[in-house]
Amino acid sequence: MNQTIAEKIFSHHCGKKVSAGDFVVAGLDLVMVHDTTCAWAIEPFYKIAKKVWDRSKIFIAFDHAYPAPNTEIARLQALIRNFADKQGIPIVCDGVCHQIMAERFINPGNLILGADSHTPTGGGLGALTIGVGSTDAAIAMATGKCWFRVPETLQIAIDGKLPDGVYAKDIALLIAKQIGTDGGNYKVLEYTGETVRNFDIPNRLTLANMSTELGAKAAIIQPDKHTSDYLKQNNRKYVCKEEGFKSDNKARYARVLKFDISRLVPLIAKPPDIDNVVPVSAVEKERIKIDQVFIGSCTNCRIEDLDVVYHLWQGQELKKGVRVIITPASKLVFLQALKKGYIEFFMRLGAVVTYPGCGPCLGRHQGVLADGEICISTSNRNFTGRMGSPKASIFLAGPAAAAASAITGFITDPRRYLV
Amino acid sequence: MNWIFGDNINTDLMTPGRFNTTVDPYKLARIAFREYLPEFSKKVKKKDFIVAGKNFGCGSSRETAATALKYSHIAAILAKSFARIFYRNCMNIGLLLVAVDTNGIEKDDELFLDSRGQVLINKTKKTRQKVVIPAMMRCLHKQGGIIPYLQKHGLESLADLEKF
Repeated sequence: MNQTIAEKIFSHHCGKKVSAGDFVVAGLDLVMVHDTTCAWAIEPFYKIAKKVWDRSKIFIAFDHAYPAPNTEIARLQALIRNFADKQGIPIVCDGVCHQIMAERFINPGNLILGADSHTPTGGGLGALTIGVGSTDAAIAMATGKCWFRVPETLQIAIDGKLPDGVYAKDIALLIAKQIGTDGGNYKVLEYTGETVRNFDIPNRLTLANMSTELGAKAAIIQPDKHTSDYLKQNNRKYVCKEEGFKSDNKARYARVLKFDISRLVPLIAKPPDIDNVVPVSAVEKERIKIDQVFIGSCTNCRIEDLDVVYHLWQGQELKKGVRVIITPASKLVFLQALKKGYIEFFMRLGAVVTYPGCGPCLGRHQGVLADGEICISTSNRNFTGRMGSPKASIFLAGPAAAAASAITGFITDPRRYLV
Repeated sequence: MNWIFGDNINTDLMTPGRFNTTVDPYKLARIAFREYLPEFSKKVKKKDFIVAGKNFGCGSSRETAATALKYSHIAAILAKSFARIFYRNCMNIGLLLVAVDTNGIEKDDELFLDSRGQVLINKTKKTRQKVVIPAMMRCLHKQGGIIPYLQKHGLESLADLEKF
């Protein structure tokens, strides 16, 4: 029987050969919850268990609003701390959960459950990392298992060399424009092709991350030498065996979509939907004045993203009156940026650099928008009300477009700064 | 009455990130659509329906969205399609979701959903629509969610869910 990588990983985790459409109860390699979703998992957990199934396989991250911005959130976090202490699970406050999982936990071939919608990010390392809610997380913490309908796989083949000033985020927006916000619903998105094979892990994580916004259950990219190199850089012992995790030649896909990105231009998603995508140059013509720039989130704030921002801002000044917020994805990224002199450079230019985490992405703290305000963000959602007032507007783009817009004060095509 | 919504209604509209700061389900119900449709939590009545377009519940995995709607005591959510995690969350807490063509349903139409007979009757418009409600959705709705189901049948019964 020919299988996709996703079918192979499910088969491996439920002890029998399965294919798309099968109902399975599969064993998990890791369960992730965070400072919001864990709070709502505690009560259902204690209704069915006393102790977690394996405390070494549960990862609790505080990233959505850490340190606590108000008493209500402080109360939720205290509730989680109490649970974690009783269960003997350490709480990690070192950045966005998905970035920490990539740096420290995810191995190719893993099946991981995360109580956060952007869990598919980990697919960039060749693992099936699936987002769920708090009740599923509670059951998984109690049993180490979860029920699944084995999903079909949609193959997205990307070929061509990326033009200057165009990045993985622009590819993700191109795909969103093409297939829409429910184009990947219930499916695994398997990214293939020459462009993806040449991508390093940070770019793959960005692509996989945005799969969530297409409704995908998970994303996956065949692990290879880039994967082994990334794990090695992060002091991980894993050695990638190439044969193990790839789709068979005759594996069945729900659909195969092909993209040639050799002539792609910087793209931007206009509010309030992420498939509302147009070239940045088209929006530039409208001279849309911005109030806030957010460079951060699990989509786009790894050191490679900050490299782009640092280079683009050389010899430039940031527009007065525009609030520029940079939130490195993790403590590791923050320390890398510190060592490279970026943090001092950003701060001297007037940017606000926050502690690693989700930052203002979900409107819970650190940069909430007022009525009528406009923000360009490198995150993944431009929904109405996402970052604050439902009367505010969010434009989504890559770090280069966000950085260029911070210079001019209106939405700007980054290519003019990259020549 | 029916609360009519369009396409791509996301979970941040149901329980905005700034307000879902409690584990009390009744308090969550009071913030449902707090900024997007403030009259919802004030005027929603027991057995009302939410009627929506495609991809209802897209966005965050935060289960507060599902909980807030369940504790608004609506009868069910009818939509052209649902986002994956939201569907799972609602099934897990025993809130009935039905994928059905919702075109033409209006605010004051009197609806009757026969989940056992799998038919949606619009008494006002005098129409009948066949609906398909998966067995697991029907089972968990009847049991009040997956936690009561596991409490009753034991943790091993997770593997039996599909048999219903």
